[in-house]
Amino acid sequence: MKNNIWDRLMNLDRRWVYLVIGLVTFLPILVMVDMPVQITSEVKSVFDRVETLPEGTVIMIPMEYSPDTMAELQPMARAVLRHCFSRGLKVISTALQIQGVLLIEQDLRTIADEYDKVYGEDYVFLGYKPYPDIVILNMGENFRKPFPLDYYNNELDDLSMMAGVSNYSSVACIVNINATSGVDSWINYANGRYGVDLALGVTAVIATDYYAFLQSGQIFGLMGGLKGAAEYERLIGRKGVANKAMTSVSVAHVFIILFIIIGNVAFFASGRGNRA
Amino acid sequence: MESISIGTMFWMTVAAFLTFCIFSFLYRDNPFYRFAEHLVVGISAGYWIAILYHTSLTDLWIDPLFASVTAFGNAEGSVAGKIGMLMVNILPGAIGLLMFSRFFKKTSWVSRWPIAYYLGVSAGVALPLYLQGFVIRQVAANMMDPRSIFGMIFAGGGAANFFQGIGEIIIIIGSICGLAYFYFSAEHKGIFGGAAKLGIWILMIGFGATFGYTVMARISLLIGRLNYLIEWVGALSGFFGS
Repeated sequence: MKNNIWDRLMNLDRRWVYLVIGLVTFLPILVMVDMPVQITSEVKSVFDRVETLPEGTVIMIPMEYSPDTMAELQPMARAVLRHCFSRGLKVISTALQIQGVLLIEQDLRTIADEYDKVYGEDYVFLGYKPYPDIVILNMGENFRKPFPLDYYNNELDDLSMMAGVSNYSSVACIVNINATSGVDSWINYANGRYGVDLALGVTAVIATDYYAFLQSGQIFGLMGGLKGAAEYERLIGRKGVANKAMTSVSVAHVFIILFIIIGNVAFFASGRGNRA
Repeated sequence: MESISIGTMFWMTVAAFLTFCIFSFLYRDNPFYRFAEHLVVGISAGYWIAILYHTSLTDLWIDPLFASVTAFGNAEGSVAGKIGMLMVNILPGAIGLLMFSRFFKKTSWVSRWPIAYYLGVSAGVALPLYLQGFVIRQVAANMMDPRSIFGMIFAGGGAANFFQGIGEIIIIIGSICGLAYFYFSAEHKGIFGGAAKLGIWILMIGFGATFGYTVMARISLLIGRLNYLIEWVGALSGFFGS
């Protein structure tokens, strides 16, 4: 039986699809076209909260991402940290996902160095401890309970920034940048149990799960994936990796939509729809 | 341009090589892909052990345990207090060590004790708070005064207010219809069947949004790797050009 074009499309080797997606993602990176990015209210509210905090206020930015999700969350974390340090806020950070501890420590140190921030005076990195639920609960009582020492083995009381900082009541808000389902623990324990204001920066895969918490008022802001990072970069007026990537994202999305349409048309035109 | 050391260049090249190894799976399964896959599993296990030892085992157990032992050499404090502190530090470690009984067939059942302890504590802590955060607060968010919703739509507060009011109605109807679909004790026909059908549509829209976000996430990861490869090529040319 002679194959028509629709049959051939239905039997197309999927590696051609991979190749096209690879090319349409790669080529726009080289072109560097500045795509428009709409600022959403959920990202703006995170920016506004940080923007209105007085200089010297302590803010907590727990970061839970690892090399497999850094493409999405590292630009977001860097943008939020840049905003905090440029506003003269003091940052407490943790890394409750074990694979990302070194990566997050490096990111925090790199951005702090950009603004000549001093460790112990302007920022503190508590590091990793197992069982995030228990750690988040214990920090609500006292940071010193789960973290008798910081990541660099300093006593917390030896760090000038930690003077008078005991638990969540000492921080203005938490902006949790998280690639895992550990987000639930921050909602339940930090916000639910201790009532601290919470905003989330999450991977795009899990972003839709957390819009319900935005609507219920359990979180005050939400940044989803690379798009959320691109928005935040624009808000702080420093376009970085996320904004450069938006062109590739847009072009790749157009091609994926085209493939979905072509695949569906081919499915029905080849008569497989009737057989199904 | 900042000069790159030979060590940095070497490790950047290793990372680029491993990226190509993983990408090669898109063509077909091959030994390079399997090598990279096994490498990441092995390195992850070693990395976990090192991080856990240095960030948790030492300052949460070993150091306090030694401190409570050496405290017996100090004149300060009562003996009963010191014994109590020693027990507080010994017990968690001892319970944790019971996990290793799994390696011996005869005693493997003992490992259930620490698991039971952990599950018991976790469930006790989590249940009330999950119920509060994921059920009660979510239900409460859907209980809105109809007057405020109609006020948003008809009071002429601008387009933003109007659409917020419409959004609130969609959320309430969507939640009720979505729940109706998952109610299986009544046949899905008549008004109830219609609500359940609308519920499926609402769920499908939700899945569609999640799919769209997932596509963006995967493309973002690809961009991350491509950016790295571009950076590596730039570093390589700078290294050999200098």
